[in-house]
Amino acid sequence: MTDRPVIDWRWIGSHLDDLWDLTVEHIVLTVIAVGVGFVLSFGLALVILRWRPAYGPITAIAGIMYTIPSLALFALLVPITGLSTLTAEIALVSYTLLILVRTIVIGVDGVPVDAREAADGMGFTSRGRLLRVELPLALPVIVAGLRIATVTTIGLVTVSALIGQGGLGRLINDGLQRGFPTMTITGAVMSVLLAIVADVLFVLTLRRLTPWQHVRRSDP
Amino acid sequence: MTEPPATTPDPHPVDQPHVHGASVELRSVTKHYEAGERGPGAVNDLSMRVPAGRICVLVGPSGCGKTTTLKMVNRLIEPTSGRILVDDRDIASQDPIALRRGIGYVIQQVGLFPHQTIGQNVAIVPSLLGWETARRVARVDELLELVGLDPARYRDRYPSQLSGGERQRVGVARALAADPPLMLMDEPFGAVDPIVRERLQEELLRLQARMTRTILFVTHDIDEALRLGDLVAVFQAGGVLAQLDTPQAILAAPASEFVARFVGADRGLKRLSLTRVRDLEPSPVPTATVGEPAAAGHARLAVATPGIPAGWLLLVDAAQRPLGWVPSARIPTEGVLGATLAEPTGAILTPWMSLRDALSVMLDAEVVTGVVVDAEGLVQGALTIDRLADTLRA
Ligand SMILES: Nc1ncnc2c1ncn2[C@@H]1O[C@H](COP(=O)(O)OP(=O)(O)OP(=O)(O)O)[C@@H](O)[C@H]1O
Ligand SMILES: [Mg+2]
Repeated sequence: MTDRPVIDWRWIGSHLDDLWDLTVEHIVLTVIAVGVGFVLSFGLALVILRWRPAYGPITAIAGIMYTIPSLALFALLVPITGLSTLTAEIALVSYTLLILVRTIVIGVDGVPVDAREAADGMGFTSRGRLLRVELPLALPVIVAGLRIATVTTIGLVTVSALIGQGGLGRLINDGLQRGFPTMTITGAVMSVLLAIVADVLFVLTLRRLTPWQHVRRSDP
Repeated sequence: MTEPPATTPDPHPVDQPHVHGASVELRSVTKHYEAGERGPGAVNDLSMRVPAGRICVLVGPSGCGKTTTLKMVNRLIEPTSGRILVDDRDIASQDPIALRRGIGYVIQQVGLFPHQTIGQNVAIVPSLLGWETARRVARVDELLELVGLDPARYRDRYPSQLSGGERQRVGVARALAADPPLMLMDEPFGAVDPIVRERLQEELLRLQARMTRTILFVTHDIDEALRLGDLVAVFQAGGVLAQLDTPQAILAAPASEFVARFVGADRGLKRLSLTRVRDLEPSPVPTATVGEPAAAGHARLAVATPGIPAGWLLLVDAAQRPLGWVPSARIPTEGVLGATLAEPTGAILTPWMSLRDALSVMLDAEVVTGVVVDAEGLVQGALTIDRLADTLRA
């Protein structure tokens, strides 16, 4: 027993295909969750931006969903939607809402009043103002929200292994059940790497999308 | 219930060929920010008319309702009561979006879009109006040049890369982009030092000379108001119009104690700075050219010279440039008038000098008479300190 290494590299070497498939599954679960979450949050944020009294109730509901332990939420949903991807996605999406709704609203609220007033004064429609002035200026804050939501989701996807989904989470789960640390550690390390890569991608994309934030302030 | 608008004297009749402006008229306009508010609102029963092609400067202490008045003209704020007409059409019945696209607006805080380049910022209204790219690009370069910014250097920069004064120029260029007949400018030169401010004011007057449009210009600097305005509207707290008139008329006859205090105790000097030497007819002076017989000098001094001190002969060179004054006692009884007889004078008044500067030049030279020359430096006549004082009594 004691001469068995913590990491069995041979096992890893012979299961590269499986690791790849699980990584792809992990990415797909995450992308769907964050994508659907963003679309829903965007709609909710638009409602709030048009009609402020909706802010309290919407964030209260999203906040309650955010505080339900993930394990409990999966368990609650299984009787309704079964051990399915849908169950996993419903839970994952609901965790993104609070962060995304808040950051979109805060981002748009943070647009300098003078830019907004100039837009109105020059004859923007309220839609034009939102699309061409407010959202671009809110982008850094919105992307910050997407980063948090994505990193959180990548972590939560592993939990969905308990209902037969989970991407890299399956490795963690199986490893624990079989007492084979190589699988557990590999799953954990890869999901952390995935989170880091996603985060870096967001930062790089934001840089490309917001050239005005990265200019030298003075004349060369 | 519409009251007739306050009558406004038109400072000079519209005769330039390039007038391109919209008249603006406010009829009993009142604005209360809080519904059912009692007492004075931000603007109270304001009536005024600005003829097409004029610069009207709204000036008054902070919080007196200048910005509120401007914003009602492009319907960023709706008046509580009263009517506003642009080009004699009631704006309440016009589409606010279309109205605003036809009015240039420079907001108090400049308000450039930080995420767009200078070029994109300037092109905003043209792009809202659907101009094609080539026309837009050409217009941006034209406008940047107009406000004194090299397009090649500034077009692709972001607002954060410009100084405060440069940003204010871009703000002005952006408001001019679609060539609007009416401009609303809210303290457009507020954030710059006095020297740059003066240059921007000159640029504005130069632009206005090339293409006349109607401008409502807000400031709380009375000197800026007097300098730029064809008309000056002095506001007092509560959006009450204290006086609306030409700068000259306001300085000559302030309508109230408040206006008098607001324009300042030095309003006589301010009036002098509004008039230039060329605006006054110089008094004729007895003149003699170097080399003329001394007798001719005596003969000319024998004639009465109304408006200037007697007994002084102005000696000029062959081209009519002034050499200096010769007192009658120093004119020889025979021979010719030599250049050495003249006492050189420091008080030479050029056509574009303000009367205030002219006064200063005379005080510096310790004389009571200044020699008026034309742009080439040739003698036109003379002005005395008394003549300057007379213009204030007129
Ligand atoms: N949105 C608003 N809601 C309530 N009150 C307002 C609002 N905007 C302005 N006011 C008030 O109306 C009055 C006039 O304000 P306004 O901005 O027109 O002044 P101003 O003459 O432009 O002053 P300044 O020279 O400081 O810019 C002020 O007392 C101000 O507090
Ligand atoms: Mg103001």
